[in-house]
Amino acid sequence: MIDMSTTLGTAWFAHPIFTASGCASSGKELAQFINLEDIGAVVTKSVMNKARHGRPTPRMAETASGMVNSIGLQGPGIDSFLANDLPWLVENRARVIVSIAGETVEEYAVLARKLRSAPGISAVEVNISCPNVENRGLVFACDPDASRNVIDGVRRALGGELPIIAKLSPDVTDLVSIARGVIDSGADGLALINTVLAMVINIDSMRPHLAGKTGGLSGPAIKPIAVRAIYQVHSAMPKVPILGMGGVSSGRDALELILAGASGVSVGTASFGNPSAVTQIQNELQFLLEARGFTSLTQAVGYAHRIEEASTS
Amino acid sequence: MSAINKFAEQIRPIVVSNKRVGQYHQIILNVGDVVTNCRPGNFIAINVGGESTRMILRRAFAISRVSTSGVLGGTMELIVAPHGQGSRWLCSLQEGAEIDAITPLGSAFGIPTSPVNALLVGGGYGSAPLFGLAEVLKSRGCRVDMYLGASTGSKIYAPMEGKRAVNTLRIYTEDGSMGEIGRVTAPIAQLIAEGAVDVIYSCGPMGMLSAISSIVKGSDVVHQCAVEESMACGVGICMTCVIPVADEFGVTTMKRSCIDGPVMDGSLVQWNLVGKIPEVTP
Ligand SMILES: Cc1cc2nc3c(=O)[nH]c(=O)nc-3n(C[C@H](O)[C@H](O)[C@H](O)COP(=O)(O)O)c2cc1C
Ligand code: FES
Repeated sequence: MIDMSTTLGTAWFAHPIFTASGCASSGKELAQFINLEDIGAVVTKSVMNKARHGRPTPRMAETASGMVNSIGLQGPGIDSFLANDLPWLVENRARVIVSIAGETVEEYAVLARKLRSAPGISAVEVNISCPNVENRGLVFACDPDASRNVIDGVRRALGGELPIIAKLSPDVTDLVSIARGVIDSGADGLALINTVLAMVINIDSMRPHLAGKTGGLSGPAIKPIAVRAIYQVHSAMPKVPILGMGGVSSGRDALELILAGASGVSVGTASFGNPSAVTQIQNELQFLLEARGFTSLTQAVGYAHRIEEASTS
Repeated sequence: MSAINKFAEQIRPIVVSNKRVGQYHQIILNVGDVVTNCRPGNFIAINVGGESTRMILRRAFAISRVSTSGVLGGTMELIVAPHGQGSRWLCSLQEGAEIDAITPLGSAFGIPTSPVNALLVGGGYGSAPLFGLAEVLKSRGCRVDMYLGASTGSKIYAPMEGKRAVNTLRIYTEDGSMGEIGRVTAPIAQLIAEGAVDVIYSCGPMGMLSAISSIVKGSDVVHQCAVEESMACGVGICMTCVIPVADEFGVTTMKRSCIDGPVMDGSLVQWNLVGKIPEVTP
């Protein structure tokens, strides 16, 4: 039997496929369709300090092999999350990665402090790359200093209790330098990629279709961008664990991200079309790895980077 | 196990028949045993476009009626308007085609425990689930009146056999091409004033549902409406389908129309805030 387990920093997971933040709500909703115990972990919707309504509707437009969303981090706030959603996940034996998002460096630190003493969390994903904020200047992951400051604050607040995964945006000129910055500030791993900033114009109203005008593109349309981003970062920092995501809807897609350098893979938009996608992808991946002669998932991580083998002929 | 959508199953039904009826298609699916858990108001989410499609999201359709009898076992009727790419694909399917579907999803119309006077109001193809509802209400001894409205006659969906379940059926079109000229909401205030209605069930465009809610306001008539907001997942995981709804304390939050709806209490939906965001944070 192939060993499918993986690690992200000090966190160990029996399975390599995770939900993607914001694409599984708080986990409960998917439990009717998949067994949460059988997947890597539930990555929760990014939670903020206060409850939030998100952006007005329309919040979504389907595009060719993708969709553009502008949910805007609607959620109940951290206190309600810790009182209701987290205990439910723990009771139902799901592994949990909590995603946090803030409007200021301080908000991230406050959130991290609240998570520090909460039981049942495997890691913290720090979403510094949500494109759906009022002010594009507030996307921390587009600014090397801002992203370092956030991670620095989170690291101090957590005091080394939980691994930190920094979630980055592909919408930057030099992804590797942003990645290096957050790792230097104490992130244990990276989540790549968040959605790609995009827009759809409705040709009947002849205005932007989304009420928030811009949104984030996700789904199969962005998979090659994810593969590129993961490959670039793994190439520069081969020891840094990467949680890969972006357009994965089959075991083949997941394998591509793993070969590029991802140690685990999150599935987002694919669950909208198929709520049992996470489990199906996990099974397909196992089959594909076995068919290629791997005896463990970790052997395949970054395998696309191997040095040209000496010709045997 | 969570209680959300606890009867939902991912199934692969076959298209048993696909007929054009006016501007709509009547599609019958053999869905098997899930019919026993389908209630009027519930919906089905269907994958469209086939294997190599560019359409990645499911399409949601209200369940028009289900039947447990017949040689095929459980069947489900859908009334589909071929408007977008996805629904056109569905309407183009031949008998015998297999599809990928999830059902039953969402909330259902509440059925009164004792007989009441029910008014069912449908706009356009929104009338589809009302016929199944009418049958259930009738079997509970309710008086069932139905008003259907559309811009023009070919957009009215009112099957012959469906009329058996209602006491009266009135049709309104804006161009007068069928039934009476005018809007379906016009006569409702009068009915309420006469005390001739206890519960209104409505299904159709948001403007119509909102108009009924304002007419009902101040009376003790209950208004259950099936809302329409575009959905990406249909199962509560994406947060795209939200509308502003107040709770019993008057606090408004953005509720998911796929799992907290589609059937909602019309008096709690904050119609003036649809497409906006409530001022105060919850
Ligand atoms: C509707 C929606 C909501 C999302 N919400 C969040 C979020 O709250 N936090 C976050 O870090 N990423 C969020 N994302 C981004 C996803 O986690 C993921 O990075 C991205 O969608 C790419 O993966 P996919 O193509 O598999 O969906 C969201 C994506 C979608 C489509
Ligand atoms: S359609 Fe996804 S939450 Fe309602």
